[in-house]
Amino acid sequence: MEWVTALYEAFLGTLLDVFPIAAILAFFQLVVLRQSIPQLSRVLLGFVYVILGLALFLVGLEEALFPIGELMATQLTDPAFIAPGRDIESLDWTDYYWVYLFAAAIGFSTTIAEPSLIAVANKASTLTGGGIDGRGLRIAVAIGVALSIAVGAFRIVTGTPLYLYMIVGYALVVLQTIYAPRMIIPLAYDSGGVTTSTVTVPLVTALGLGLASTVPGRDPVLDGFGLIALASLFPMLSVMSYAQVGAWMATRRKKREATSSISETETPQPGSQQ
Amino acid sequence: MLADQPVSLLFMSNRLLAFGSLLLGTARDVLPIVLVVAFFQLAVLQQPFPNLGQTLTGLVIVVIGLTLFLQGLEMALFPIGEFLAGALARKGSLVWLLLFSFGLGFGTTVAEPSLIAVGDEAARVMAEGGFIGSDPEAMNTYALALRYTVAVSVGLAIVTGVFRILKGWPLHWIMIGGYVVVQALTVVAPEEIIGIAYDSGGVTTSTVTVPLVTALGVGLATVIKGRNPAIDGFGLIAFASLSPMIFVLIFGMVF
Repeated sequence: MEWVTALYEAFLGTLLDVFPIAAILAFFQLVVLRQSIPQLSRVLLGFVYVILGLALFLVGLEEALFPIGELMATQLTDPAFIAPGRDIESLDWTDYYWVYLFAAAIGFSTTIAEPSLIAVANKASTLTGGGIDGRGLRIAVAIGVALSIAVGAFRIVTGTPLYLYMIVGYALVVLQTIYAPRMIIPLAYDSGGVTTSTVTVPLVTALGLGLASTVPGRDPVLDGFGLIALASLFPMLSVMSYAQVGAWMATRRKKREATSSISETETPQPGSQQ
Repeated sequence: MLADQPVSLLFMSNRLLAFGSLLLGTARDVLPIVLVVAFFQLAVLQQPFPNLGQTLTGLVIVVIGLTLFLQGLEMALFPIGEFLAGALARKGSLVWLLLFSFGLGFGTTVAEPSLIAVGDEAARVMAEGGFIGSDPEAMNTYALALRYTVAVSVGLAIVTGVFRILKGWPLHWIMIGGYVVVQALTVVAPEEIIGIAYDSGGVTTSTVTVPLVTALGVGLATVIKGRNPAIDGFGLIAFASLSPMIFVLIFGMVF
């Protein structure tokens, strides 16, 4: 019964969320353009899938994952776990190693399952005819988010101000923009905003708040923020790095092919003849 | 010749098969979370799973929901977004195109649940800091004003982004300029608002907004001559995450 009410509420919530968007789309379609939508029934069915799918997804997360994830974040940041029998004041930042590891692991894994990132990665892959590998892009973004949450946890533990990290991060983004392949830049900039939505935010927020209330001298209200900000910054860096590594490997492969093609003409491989 | 029924049965089973393989793909996407949670629960915290049955049922629902959503995305959000963008561009009316862009940005943000949460949180922080009155009415006004500020800023961001695609301006110069503005405002804005402002950039772009806005950019870049959809089509989300930071910082200084 609990499931049914949760599903019903999530369904209503999603409907409410999609309604303004549907209204805008319908207005421009019917009033401004006055054209019929191609394959209207398919599009409508697609909207039903979107609303139903999102509602199921959210309910599943809320029932299965968020309770245990949030409990875990609280337990891992609990003084009783970090320093059993020791004074919390005497702790060094290195004593929080499980927190950093959990932060990175949960950042990576939730990003891989993030629906809007899957959408953008698939789009990028189809547009470039597979030139950008969707899965590779998602892994690059996930590594960025993993690093950002770990660094964000470190920031809360050490109590260093957020803007310092942001300034250094922006400087690196500018620097990498100069060197990264042109075609990846818009996608890299977009991936910053795409990463943090449905799955990542609740778990990361729980981690930030738990950590800020454990570490002495931190205010949960002030220091609990900032994890999301870093999680929107680091993926830009990791995606541009990913493209740079890809470009570097491609030129290396080309060089190697150029040298090996000479030896290949001497000993033809079986199967190379049609 | 095959009879009608076997054909439709074959068609059905093909679609079931396609859905099955999609389900498997999604399950693979969700698997890392399961592994991480299981590892920390069993190996690090060394505790049994509470309500294992409920967790497993929930995971099955997550996988089915994500698969349905991704399927619906390809059938509805991407095509309709690209179709509308293309049709408006071909209509040749800049005003309608920009109005559509603003409406999409504003409309998808103003009702966004995570933005509502951030607005309430911000009101609480500012009331504790003594910047606004701590009575519910003052806090509500503040939260609502912040929400509309962010929604307008996202609308303007999409308008700017669409204008950029039309003109073919390079994205990175505008973004870098934006970062400089953010940093300059950080110096002068009240300390309490900074964390909220930085986070507000990330929370505005929801699961439904991202595909639609991406479709708008890609659709425009496909129709307009001399634009490459893979390069010029992206970048709208980047603007939509940058401009709320600027507007919330200014908001924090004005209020």
